[in-house]
Amino acid sequence: MSKAPASVVTLKDVHKIYRTGEVEVHALHGVSLEIKRGEFVAVMGPSGSGKSTMMNIIGCLDRLTSGSYILDGIDVSTMSKNDLADTRNRKIGFVFQSFNLIPRTTALSNVELPMVYAGLSPSVRRERARQALASVGLSAKEGSLPNQLSGGQQQRVALARAIASEPALILADEPTGALDTKTAEEIMKIFQQLNRERGITIVIVTHEADIALHALRIVRFRDGLIQEDRLIQPDDDILSLQHPLEAAHS
Amino acid sequence: MRLIDIQKMAIHALGKNKIQTALTMLGIVIGVSAVIAMVSLGQGAQKLVQDQVAGMGTNVLQIQGGNGNFAGGARQGADQGQSLTEGDVEAIKQLPTVRLVTPIAQAQGQFVFGNQNWQTRVEGSNENNLEIRGWRLDSGDFFSENDVRTAARVVVLGKTVANTLFPGSDPIGQTIRIRNLPYRVVGVLAAKGQSAQGQDQDDTAMMPYTTVQKKMLGAALPRINRIAVSAVSAQATSAAKDQITNLLHERHGIRANQQDDFRVNNLTEVAEAAEQTTAVMTLLLGSIAAVSLLVGGIGIMNIMLVSVTERTREIGIRMAIGSRGSYIRMQFLAESIILCMLGGLIGVVFGMGLSIGIARFMGWPSYIDPRAATIAFLFSAVTGVFFGYYPAHKAASLDPIEALRYE
Repeated sequence: MSKAPASVVTLKDVHKIYRTGEVEVHALHGVSLEIKRGEFVAVMGPSGSGKSTMMNIIGCLDRLTSGSYILDGIDVSTMSKNDLADTRNRKIGFVFQSFNLIPRTTALSNVELPMVYAGLSPSVRRERARQALASVGLSAKEGSLPNQLSGGQQQRVALARAIASEPALILADEPTGALDTKTAEEIMKIFQQLNRERGITIVIVTHEADIALHALRIVRFRDGLIQEDRLIQPDDDILSLQHPLEAAHS
Repeated sequence: MRLIDIQKMAIHALGKNKIQTALTMLGIVIGVSAVIAMVSLGQGAQKLVQDQVAGMGTNVLQIQGGNGNFAGGARQGADQGQSLTEGDVEAIKQLPTVRLVTPIAQAQGQFVFGNQNWQTRVEGSNENNLEIRGWRLDSGDFFSENDVRTAARVVVLGKTVANTLFPGSDPIGQTIRIRNLPYRVVGVLAAKGQSAQGQDQDDTAMMPYTTVQKKMLGAALPRINRIAVSAVSAQATSAAKDQITNLLHERHGIRANQQDDFRVNNLTEVAEAAEQTTAVMTLLLGSIAAVSLLVGGIGIMNIMLVSVTERTREIGIRMAIGSRGSYIRMQFLAESIILCMLGGLIGVVFGMGLSIGIARFMGWPSYIDPRAATIAFLFSAVTGVFFGYYPAHKAASLDPIEALRYE
């Protein structure tokens, strides 16, 4: 990591068109976005705005139709499936709404899994997995199975799995969507801590303003375009982060 | 990704669902053990036939007299006729395809020694009979050419007769009485066991044919029931049969439109037919068993397909955190191969036990061929690859986004 580029994500004029039979759906209409190392970005927008498509492309799960995407200095726009898989493994840590831990597999093994695919030796990955679990405060639960853990604990295991292989970027898709308010707050505190203390770049998709408030920057999507992109100010509150139209509905 | 981790993952996944794993494996266990049990029994039967064929002697032809047309139209059954003569024996001896020949004269007799007695058949022959018929001696000697020439009263006992008349003592050199004449026991034949027809082949005795003709039967006409011939090789038996047939036609003055007064049996042909029959039987039994292995394999494929669907979301997670499609394929393939190899191993052990058990309780011969066991085991592994590939490929080609969305 000696010459790490300042930008983790650089999207230029990205279009995404889905073809389902005869119908073409234009999900992204030329999106350009730059996310720098150490940023904490909240992506907001109503459903169908293109934010999910966007997350899939940033997460290397989907390929763009036109435009370019540089992830941590590497052009991933034209990568093969296998290279995309390797890139996801090395550069990205995922956190999902429904935790997505492998069932009937211990917390420690779940955290180890990305490093298994990376081909690390058992001793190295065990060590790193233990550290990652410690940094989310779950050292005591390393032998527990997912169904023995609470929702908050499962999400913390998922967070540990995301950070264990030291990725360039953590992508969280509605990470608090399945949690109660108090637990959601705890999880967001961990995200903030990781961002502040370890400089980890984080992108969170959410439609809840109070969750977005934990971030440092907000990117709002509407109809396949970026409608708003600004830093969050000290005087921002839930109301000011809500989109005027959405605020009117609520 | 390291290969050992793929194996560990596969074993872990199989361990998660033990009942499903065990039931799937059962199909392969049954298939492999059926193949091994059936092939063992088939090969046991084949070996039994081979042993019996070896017991019949090497490249043996038998010429039976009788069955001829005689003046007045009366017919005689086989063995009853007096159509074969010493002259025929001498002439057959000269044929180039014939190695050894002996006339055979049969009789029955009550054997008496001390207070023991036993009714058995007596086979009179010359000194070559032991070799022609593939007998071996348990003890003592066979009678000599001199004994044949002088019609000596010597006898070689079959094992059953020896055991009955001389329980626990050595019969060699003892004198027994048959039809009130004393005979000296010179040898005891090694046991041959039961024949294919279930007859006790050891319930017999051998003497010079001259002794049977002159001393036991004392008939006016010296009778030769059969002539046994050993051809120079297995391939020569057919040629020998033709030559003997032509020779006897000539000697007996039988024209083309007349019925033969003799019959030549090629025992090698009979043996080959019997061996072929058991080989076909083995193949048939093996194939039927192989069908059950096939059904087991289809069971594996079915379960693996269900498992892929069940674990769609898990596959999506694995792909998202950086598993290549090929790693997913290898994991699922490893699961089905491990399942099949483990099932195959258990099946080999179980099948061996089964064939030994059947051999014990049914009294059937059984022969466990290590090659058959190895092939069945390898075949089960191949089954794992063959029937595991499609489900594994299906898992590998899932789209991660779709898979993650799967409920």
